[in-house]
Formats: sequence, C-alpha cells, structure tokens
Amino acid sequence: MGMSLKYVIYLGCSIPYRVSSYEASARRVLGKLGVELVEMPDFNCCGLPLEPLSHELMLILSARNLAIAEQTGLNILTLCPGCAGTLKKTNKTLKENKALKEEVNRHLKEAGLEFKGSLEVKHISQVLIEDVGIDNIKKAVVRPLRGLRVAGHSGCHLSRPRKYIEFEDPENPRALKALISVTGAKPIEYMGETECCGSTIAAIDDKISLSLVREKLLHVKDAGADALITVCPACHIMYDANQIRAEKMFGEKYAVPVLHYTQLLGLAMGMRPEELGFDELRVRPAKILEKI
Amino acid sequence: MAGESVSAYSKIDPKFRHEVTKMPGGEKILQCFQCGTCTSDCPIARFSDKYRPRKIIRMAQLGLREKVLSSDFLWLCASCFTCTDRCPQGVEVASVIKILKNMAVIEGRIPEVFKVLLENLVKTGYIYEIPESRLRRREALGLPPLPKVNIEGLNKSLENINVESFLKGVPGKRGEAKMWV
Repeated sequence: MGMSLKYVIYLGCSIPYRVSSYEASARRVLGKLGVELVEMPDFNCCGLPLEPLSHELMLILSARNLAIAEQTGLNILTLCPGCAGTLKKTNKTLKENKALKEEVNRHLKEAGLEFKGSLEVKHISQVLIEDVGIDNIKKAVVRPLRGLRVAGHSGCHLSRPRKYIEFEDPENPRALKALISVTGAKPIEYMGETECCGSTIAAIDDKISLSLVREKLLHVKDAGADALITVCPACHIMYDANQIRAEKMFGEKYAVPVLHYTQLLGLAMGMRPEELGFDELRVRPAKILEKI
Repeated sequence: MAGESVSAYSKIDPKFRHEVTKMPGGEKILQCFQCGTCTSDCPIARFSDKYRPRKIIRMAQLGLREKVLSSDFLWLCASCFTCTDRCPQGVEVASVIKILKNMAVIEGRIPEVFKVLLENLVKTGYIYEIPESRLRRREALGLPPLPKVNIEGLNKSLENINVESFLKGVPGKRGEAKMWV
C-alpha cells in the first residue's frame, strides 16, 4: 500500500498461553495493511500481573522488555492493552526520572542490558488509528460487513490511567467505534460500555468477576448486538471462554459471540474464518458467518 | 469503654500515612476528603459487600496499618483505574491500594495465586507455563515459534528485590517496604 510501517511485536503472556486466534488474525490483518512485524528475540511478562506484589519487580520486568526491544531500533506494537499500558508507564517514568532509570539499569546491567528510553509503545488500536489510518484501512475493506451490528468493548487499560496511556478518552471511547465503522459494521451503543471485564481478579474472586461478565453480556444482548468486539486477550477470555462458566453459575443463557477486532476486520478484508482462528472461539459466531 | 478506646488507639500507627505518601502513586493520599467517588464508580464494589476503596484510603490515612494490610479485600482491586482517573482530589486510589498490597507482601502476606504466577515467571519468563499443545497449535496456525527466554539473565536482573522471600512467604523487616521512587 506504499506505506512503510515496521514495529517490533511484543506478545506478553496471555496470548502465547491461550489466545492464538487474536495473534493469528492480527498478524494477517497487519500484514495485508503493509505493517511489517519483527519478532522480539527474548521477552518476559510485561510486569502488570505481578505489580500487586512488587513495584520494583514490575519496573525491572517492563524495563527489561523495553531494553531488548530498543536493540531492534523499532517502536513496540502490542496486542494486549495491559502490556501496552505497563510498558508505556515504565517507559515514561524512566525517561522522566534519571535516578530511577539508573537504579533499574543497575539491575539490567547484571544481564548486559540497558534501558535507554529510545522507543515508543503502541497498542494495535493506536497503530491502526494513528499510523495506518482509517482511510488506508477503508481501502483494504473488500467485503463491507453491512447489516452487522456489534458492541465494542475497549477495556480499561486501553485508556486508563489517563496520565500514562495518553490515547483515547476513557469516559467516551471512540477509537474502537471508528475501527468498527470502517469494516461496514455498525457500532452500537449499550449500557455499561466502559465497565471492567473483571479478569484481573478472576483468580481471587470468581463470583465477582463472573458477575461483571454476566452484566456486560446482558447489556450487549439487550442492545441487540450480533457480537461483542474486544481488543484485549484478557477481556476476550472473560467474555468468550468464561461466558460458558457464567451461564452455569447464574443458570442463564447469553449466546453472545465475542470476536477479536482483528477477526472482524479480517472478515471485512475478505479473509476466511479459518485464517482468522475462528475455530478457537467458544461461543459459535454462526449468525455472523451467515450474515457475511 | 475506656479500655476499649485505649486498645483501639494502640492499633494506630501515626506514621503509616507518611510512609504511603513517600511511595510512587501514594503522594496525595492526605488530600482524600472521603467524597466516595471511588467507591460509587468502582465495578468491584457493586458486586462485593466488603470492597470499598474509600474505606481503604481512610484506613490508611488513620494509620490502621495492621488491619488494612491483613485484610482480604485489599486483593479485590481489579486495577481498572476508574477511581484514579475520576478522583476530584487527584488521589491515585488504585496506586495507593497497590502500595498497600506491596507492603502486605513484604510482611509475608501473599495470596497463593500470586505465588504460582511468580514461580512460573522465574522458571519460564511468563506468568503461565505454556503447554506443548499450544505450541503445536501456534505452528498449525502458521505463527512464528516463541523466542527462547534468557532465564538466567532474567533472574540475574531480579536479584536483590525479594523475589525469593516472596515465594517463600517469609516476612521481611518492617521498613523494607521502601519503594524505588
């Protein structure tokens, strides 16, 4: 498409562990949009899930990833907003705080690494909006998903906390709506759009996290959406795989298909469901496949 | 009655709030005027009868150190940061709660689920142990192989930050909860 966009991709933990459908669809869509991805030669957990244990542990983990990525000379693209948020936070904090940067680098130096502060971090949504651009995505849409009504769930970490993420208005998220619109599908309004999926406390309190899942799915269903669209592996696990668990816990049936945004875009770009990891979805998106 | 109030006061650590203000994200805790925006906007508080961010902040302000650090509800924060973004006083509520969790951990109070994540981290670099079946699925989908994590290098960088004692749940010394700022 005449563009020259190149990033180093940071996968984090959730995606390699169990969300291959997101990675496969994202790589295919980005490739077709002319975005080149370079693999990180070595990476570890971004630090977010372990921040409750230790601030220092989070700093070293995230700074180590940044230091390794810096060696490629490229900016980071992540698929997980949680990873993006944590890497952004550490990147910004260490760039602004020389003493802290030195402290962290004393630890990284033990393994021959150094955080310099030479790159930027972006979530795939931010790359699509700011770098690829809606106009260029539009040119790649060969099968507009007209007639499809979907509910977008941006997730907390795509925009919060504001002070570190610096992308998107958390009170009125628009990026995902714009990204949905360009596929030809209609992004619908629904209650509780900005509510949390509960994934971060799923291992601590099943009942509360599944209550959040239940509430979201009921609102989405009430609004008459054909599917819920996510841009986060953790939100996706909660709404798709854990939808079945929520149905059991509350004795209800939701039957709300949950797609990664990159799967929706892939369909609009003419790709086949098999190429986009649709077989990994726990709630069968039969109606969507019928409509396209 | 008198005896009761004496025992309540003896549980108060007047320096506690100043400890919190010295940590990154805890600076503004004294500015909380208990308006309750955090609790009323909290997704977890709507489904829990014990998790109340406003109350946690108040307990920290009052110096109820032991009570707040030993509480289970501290671990219910979902880190969605809604409270932090909406606080009219600029208190980073979610960060304060994170600080309190970090302090609890230093004292040897660490929920089992986190120990598992940490064990996986020092073994694999990830918080999960990625199963063989997933690696085969990646291959079938045409995804590139995962890189080999330099575990030795990772663990070298994690030396001297208490990871070992977290794993064992061994309490550190009080005052060790001094975060890098």
